[in-house]
Amino acid sequence: MNEWTIAIIKVVFIWSWTLLIATVMTWVERRGSALIQDRLGPNIAGPFGLFQPLADGIKLFTKEEFAPKHAHKILFTLGPVLFALQAFSAYAVIPFGDKIVINAKEIVLQVADVNIGFLFVLAVGSLAVYGFVVGGWGSNNKYSLLGGLRATAQLLSYEVPLGLAMLAVCMTYSSFSLREISLDQTGTFLGFLPNWGIFKQPLGFLVFIVAAYAEANRVPFDLPEAESELVAGYHTEYGGMRLGLYLFGEYVNLYTLSALMVTIYFGAWHIPYIDMSAYLSPFAYGIASFFVFFIKCAFFLWLFVWVRWTIPRFRFDQLMGLGWKSLIPLGLLNLFVTAFFIQISL
Amino acid sequence: MGPVKQRIANEDYVTINVGPSHPAMHGTLRAIAYVSGETVLGADLEIGYLHRGVEKLGENLSYHQFIPITDRLNYCSAIANNVAYEMAVEKLMGIEVPERAQLIRIIMTELSRIADHIVLIGILGVDLGAFTPFFYLFIQREEIYEIFEWYNGARLTNTFGRIGGVEAPLPDDFEERWSELKKGLDKAIDETDKLLTHNRIWMDRTIGVTPISVQDALSWGFTGPCLRACGLKRDLRKDEPYSLYPQFDFEIPTGKHGDVFDRYMIRMIEMRESMKIIDQAFAMYKELGSDAPLMAKVPKIIKPPEGEVYHAIESPNGELGFYIKSDGTDKPYRIKIRPPCYMIFQAFDELIQGEMISDLIACLSSLNIIAGELDR
Repeated sequence: MNEWTIAIIKVVFIWSWTLLIATVMTWVERRGSALIQDRLGPNIAGPFGLFQPLADGIKLFTKEEFAPKHAHKILFTLGPVLFALQAFSAYAVIPFGDKIVINAKEIVLQVADVNIGFLFVLAVGSLAVYGFVVGGWGSNNKYSLLGGLRATAQLLSYEVPLGLAMLAVCMTYSSFSLREISLDQTGTFLGFLPNWGIFKQPLGFLVFIVAAYAEANRVPFDLPEAESELVAGYHTEYGGMRLGLYLFGEYVNLYTLSALMVTIYFGAWHIPYIDMSAYLSPFAYGIASFFVFFIKCAFFLWLFVWVRWTIPRFRFDQLMGLGWKSLIPLGLLNLFVTAFFIQISL
Repeated sequence: MGPVKQRIANEDYVTINVGPSHPAMHGTLRAIAYVSGETVLGADLEIGYLHRGVEKLGENLSYHQFIPITDRLNYCSAIANNVAYEMAVEKLMGIEVPERAQLIRIIMTELSRIADHIVLIGILGVDLGAFTPFFYLFIQREEIYEIFEWYNGARLTNTFGRIGGVEAPLPDDFEERWSELKKGLDKAIDETDKLLTHNRIWMDRTIGVTPISVQDALSWGFTGPCLRACGLKRDLRKDEPYSLYPQFDFEIPTGKHGDVFDRYMIRMIEMRESMKIIDQAFAMYKELGSDAPLMAKVPKIIKPPEGEVYHAIESPNGELGFYIKSDGTDKPYRIKIRPPCYMIFQAFDELIQGEMISDLIACLSSLNIIAGELDR
């Protein structure tokens, strides 16, 4: 196998894997909300209703691609495409395991180990704004426009704390590469704590997770699509697979953000105090690292569902207040504290 | 150009249509909101989408035939409407309703009050983005509807009672069902309390949102929970006692600011007070024994003497009054209904001025505007 084949296999694998996760997440969301709310949820299609996402997919694909007469044809189509595109490409720089050895060839479980991994995630993540605002504008509908505007303000505001939290992590591990940060999180520090980002950056993690929820447009930050106020926000006029792209994109975003949280704060594929590679064959280790990483992601995916069905939604001014008056000062404080500790340990 | 539009004629605004078909609208209400950014400058209200001519219908139906029509007023608590109408007719005819029938009416009215408050709190939660309490409460509302169904076969439009009494005694295993329901209700209210009342986001979203002073509330004609939320202890069950209410021991909760949070809290507390009333009423009901009469002596064809009457009860939403004018025939000459939310809805524009779009929805939910009652 040459480099190209490996690269293509990795791209196809991670693309179908995220798509699978996004599909399964729609099921998890519905069954999870049912669990929380004393209901049953989808339970007819397949065992435990597991085929429900498949049925939903078929429905979305076979629906008429309807566009309202007053919509801007090009922008209306472009919106969901832009959104899904950024969602699927953001995962490229995030690892999904350590490395696997096949036929004495070492394969890194990451599509692209770029040395500016953080910046890539932030940059591509920002493109989501275009998905919202183009879709909202192109729909030529007041609810959609308001949703698009809300999304723009929200995503732009919360990218700042997200970036600040990430910056502090970069300083701690003195690297922008997500793989290097993951590799750094082995062993322990202070004698007993696992060498994980959460223990080195507790405040940073708090800022990051709140900003991540806002970036993902989830309750309590789902203002752009607040159904009781804006009908469905930016995707009011969408139906069929165009709507499907928005919905899938949202779950892919969730997965990306969960993976990011695991990578930089929860030791990526490492298990605390145990070095898996010492006990397992290189091939088994590759598989194990992938699953350890995924199980950690699954927890954060579930957390997204859990929070969504527990708390109410913010109001727009409160959302902005939280972003600019609390999270950004906290992020800056975290940055200074981090810098201080790095300075004194030198 | 309406008065609202004239007021904001010099401002930049976008018109946003909320309703009559909108996920946040409870029934077919319509508010045409003028917003500048996220701030609401005012709202024109359009009512009448659910107008069915209920009052006119009354003029062509006999007194008994009008009872099912009253179900369709506030369909969240149909029994309260039935009882209010029946009591008005009884007052007109001077009928004394037997104690046992009155107790059954009180039990059923209070149950429907709980059901109505459940709808409000659940939907208020949904409108503010908290979906889960809705289900916890609605499971209990389902149980209340089971009791209604099992009493006279209907769930939503109950057509409960007769003029002069009620049709049947409470079923034999009411006690069992009620104690089970009480446990479930207690748990559901507690869970809602935990999920919402002291939730920081919930408090931020509701406290100080669309407040109204007692003076303004009275001038607009507020009654019921929305008036009590402003701090005035006014409840027809205590102030103008009817039926057997003076014999019961229950509290009238009041708020302070008349904001969304107070309106929500009043209803949370009132549910528990209603449970207390039902307990007491059922104890009295048991004491009466099964031989006590259910119906007063009422002629087959109701022909009240010439005259007019106004009777109001404290419905879950506030003062629900029926004005009936009789010309001595078997059909009323005129029936006028005073629904509580018609008066409350008038203040909507004043309440939401300068608030945000999200508050508009929260305010509307907390006022409990029911289209059936509003438009009649």
